[in-house]
Amino acid sequence: MSLTDRQLQLKSLRLRRRVLEIIKHAGAGHTGGSLSCLDILNVLYNRVLRVSPETFSSPDRDRYIQSKGHSVEALFVVLADRGFFPTEQLETLCRYKSHFVGHPTRKVPGIEQNTGALGHGLPIATGVAIAGKLDNKDYRVFTLLGDGELAEGSNWEAAMAAAHYDLDNLTAIVDHNTLQITGRTRDVCSNEPLDEKFRAFGWDVRIVDGHSIAQLTEVLSTRGSESRPGVVIANTTKGRGVSFMEDVAKWHHGVPSDAEYAQAIKELEDAIARMEGEEEGKRKNDIGKMGGWPS
Amino acid sequence: MSAPAPSMFSPAAMEVAQQLGLKMRRANLDEFADTLFGLARADRNVIAVTSDSRGSGKLGPFGKELPGQIIELGIAEQNLVGIAAGLASAGKIVYAVSPACFLTARALEQIKNDVCYSDNPVKLIGISAGVSYGALGSTHHSLHDLAALRAINNIDIVVPADNFEARSAIEVAAERTKPLYVRFGKAPQYQIHRDGTEFEIGRSIRLRDGGDVAFIATGETVIHALLAAESLRGKGVSCRVLSMHTIKPLDAEAILSAARSCRAIVTVEEHMINGGLGEACASLLMQAGVTPRLKIVGIPDEYTVTGIQADIFRHYGISMEGLAATAQSLLR
Repeated sequence: MSLTDRQLQLKSLRLRRRVLEIIKHAGAGHTGGSLSCLDILNVLYNRVLRVSPETFSSPDRDRYIQSKGHSVEALFVVLADRGFFPTEQLETLCRYKSHFVGHPTRKVPGIEQNTGALGHGLPIATGVAIAGKLDNKDYRVFTLLGDGELAEGSNWEAAMAAAHYDLDNLTAIVDHNTLQITGRTRDVCSNEPLDEKFRAFGWDVRIVDGHSIAQLTEVLSTRGSESRPGVVIANTTKGRGVSFMEDVAKWHHGVPSDAEYAQAIKELEDAIARMEGEEEGKRKNDIGKMGGWPS
Repeated sequence: MSAPAPSMFSPAAMEVAQQLGLKMRRANLDEFADTLFGLARADRNVIAVTSDSRGSGKLGPFGKELPGQIIELGIAEQNLVGIAAGLASAGKIVYAVSPACFLTARALEQIKNDVCYSDNPVKLIGISAGVSYGALGSTHHSLHDLAALRAINNIDIVVPADNFEARSAIEVAAERTKPLYVRFGKAPQYQIHRDGTEFEIGRSIRLRDGGDVAFIATGETVIHALLAAESLRGKGVSCRVLSMHTIKPLDAEAILSAARSCRAIVTVEEHMINGGLGEACASLLMQAGVTPRLKIVGIPDEYTVTGIQADIFRHYGISMEGLAATAQSLLR
């Protein structure tokens, strides 16, 4: 059964809590970026990607390649939620001999490519998309980039190639949280305006609220214009969902202290409780409108 | 009137080659291009990926006949390797063709992560390797590639000596599911191997046996070692010659056997003496407790002498005369 927008919002809150749990347990992790891209991954894996644990080895599956590999905690919790592996396995994050290291690796079920060095996902995704065209397959290829990551020149090499080869089966998503480890991307070494750059490189550009389930669903469910690769610039907030982490560069990576962790979890649980309450009220209301329980 | 370019071989060396009945064949580059073309004709999953390098890679006819099987990316080696990895992950049999100097330096991180770490079985083809580009200068030399790739897990490294080894490496590559790097030059080569020789990655080929000196050579230096061995035979020095076409995984058994059978070892490579074949042999032998006299011949750690490939080889003693002298000095 497909989930409503509100149910996905609720899931995002629960997954954010899970991100914090595994980072706190591991004592390491990229908190801010994982929280900023979480809604994007939630929509991709629950509404867009034609891939599941059962179809992961199919040559016809949609591909998702996470170029901003450091936000792997978000990917891990979404994959676990989708049943690619039991969520308890995430207790081994960053532990001796665990496959769950601090960046994506193919040893983990559901992960397509080993990433983590920046500027690699878009070229690889471009290669997979070219193969899809050569084989007349209709799978789509998605890759998630950070806005700071776009300083890597290899992205722009791939951007040129993707437009040259008319890759309308390729969608790049920019997690545009405007922060990188040192500070504001525009202050570190500005690569704005990103939309005009991609347009000049021949891409179909769409800009959305990267925390809006509805907007993300709309742009990710459809290909860009015909014969052009698409980029979705998703405006997001780094550290989204935890008041003291939001839009603060130092949470690029960082493990909350016990007090910070307690506060963060409380904030998320309060939000979860509010939404659950609203959901319950809405359900009762709906039943009331239907004239009560059938006798 | 311009002076004739110096040959890779002195008149004396060419005479020895003639005595051995060796025939001059074409460049390994040409052999590679024809072999790949044949593979691509037979299987539409075979893809060549190029970085404005189809001309240098002799892939013009390939591109004309099979335009759907050549992916041109312009002068962008990082993208070349990343896209090759993506194609390979989607089931294509991918040969990424680019000058060795750019392929293995500019795109080293893509080789390390996208190909080797992600286990996408790309065949990386380094053309005009070593000092093939000679007088174009050090920007165009690849004297680091074997060292750099030896330090990366999950890639095999092959340096063919002649057309037979080049063709074999390219053919064997198609079937392999492990990343592979093959590098060669663009100068015509003597045919070293007899018809019917067996080629297996990781297993060197013994060209002759002897008990005084073992030449362990790789790639297009093997011929010079073979000629040196023949010239030394007339002086009563008997030499073993190994064509060590695979740098990784190293044929430890053949190297240990050579070291146990001979009084001295001369390794030869078209590569800096740091981190290449010679150091790999030395490391193996020391750790096995087998310590013959040993000399690593290659390009020393200095600003490489200028000149064409033949000048550079001769200058650093990668020649029949130079290698014979090195062997004799070890025996003294």
